[in-house]
Amino acid sequence: MIEKELVIIGGGPAGLSAAKVASEAGMKVALFERSFSLGGQLIKQTHKFFGSESQYARVRGIEIADILINETRKHDVEIFLNATVVGLYKDNIITVYQDEKYFKVKAKAIIIATGASEKFLAFENNDLPGIYGAGAVQTLMNIHGVLPGKEVVMVGSGNIGLIVSYQLIQAGVKVKALVEAAGHIGGYLVHASKLRRLGVDIITNTTVKRAVGNGKLERIVTVKLDDKWQEIEGSEEVIECDALCISVGLSPLHQLLSMGNANMLYVNELGGLVPIKTCDYETSIPHVYACGDVTGIEEASSAMVEGKIAGLMAAKHLGFIHPNYDSLEAELNQQLCVLRQGPCGEKIRCGLKKVGEIYD
Amino acid sequence: MRVDEHPILDFKHKEKIAFSYNGKKMFGYVGDTIAAALVDNGVMQFSKSVIHERPRGFYCAIGNCGSCNMTVNGIENVKTCLTLLEENMIVESDKAEVIIND
Repeated sequence: MIEKELVIIGGGPAGLSAAKVASEAGMKVALFERSFSLGGQLIKQTHKFFGSESQYARVRGIEIADILINETRKHDVEIFLNATVVGLYKDNIITVYQDEKYFKVKAKAIIIATGASEKFLAFENNDLPGIYGAGAVQTLMNIHGVLPGKEVVMVGSGNIGLIVSYQLIQAGVKVKALVEAAGHIGGYLVHASKLRRLGVDIITNTTVKRAVGNGKLERIVTVKLDDKWQEIEGSEEVIECDALCISVGLSPLHQLLSMGNANMLYVNELGGLVPIKTCDYETSIPHVYACGDVTGIEEASSAMVEGKIAGLMAAKHLGFIHPNYDSLEAELNQQLCVLRQGPCGEKIRCGLKKVGEIYD
Repeated sequence: MRVDEHPILDFKHKEKIAFSYNGKKMFGYVGDTIAAALVDNGVMQFSKSVIHERPRGFYCAIGNCGSCNMTVNGIENVKTCLTLLEENMIVESDKAEVIIND
């Protein structure tokens, strides 16, 4: 069996940030990523980030990805691409699948930074080809320059739904409508206003009743919802479209932690099942840490900070003290407080309280 | 269908490569995933659901949903959304017979 000092699972903003800080602390890091490239979902985000200067506010996601990847490459991090971690077992052993082979790795510490996946929405024929996750469409058009269709309907008005709608228009696709089940827009109004100025119809109190098509999506039927989220009879409307994007939130990719028998809790505000962890980001499994979206759905900015904290702590608990440990620890926790303050951070603060992290 | 013009991104200067899908010759570009090249060529159906054989297309693009699994160069269950296209690749809708024990 291969032995490693620190194994990081996931090469997105959290995993890359953890790798950098743990390397600086003197650890030998092996990072496993199931895709063919590093950077996670940042590599398709053409919009400029909000947040604070230390998390690259006003820089485009694609550029942040480049910065993080270059920083990681400067350190002696061993990177495994196209390598899916399929199991987490006792004594910090993982199974990796790469090049049609399985192999085991034993680590002194493991940082789980697997991120999240897009939620599905239940309606008739929701599996018809032409129905995509909004993030998948972003990958298709912003990484590969391929369009998902000619006329698209977006479901969900959170920031992803609003931003991807805008990016679809930038790429030359007609966004016929954006439907939202709630009575109000979920994301930042600045994004919604941009869409409205471009003539996109944002329809609230409405959801998709069914998709229609022979082998592929041809149209959808929407229905109005009352204030108790019940369908209003006779309010169905048909929208012709060849692509439907589902953007109804994300849920943490908790499977490895669940498999490893970590103590988990279902927290609605955090997007689903998340690990209970200490303030050092250690899960109930000794020397197994978790950071980023797998511990609760947030923005890439907080994933980067969390990754750094996890890297700092995983190293410290094995005797590798980062040269700037004290100042870094205080600074990073302060950055998280800032990112989570105000009305936009209320949901995440409420969720984190349930798993024992308190920000008051 | 490819993006014509984009205010932020530049997709030009890519090398064209040939591959086959269910015996039909198609073209993609270096850097494409198999899935992206298929969508560009108008292929919507990637696989079928196991029991009811309902058509399944590209869905999550992060290797999570399994909807885009296909047979590539004879290897079954390849995640086409995470596999880069290579010259002369043979891509087929998955033929694997899945046996379900009740």
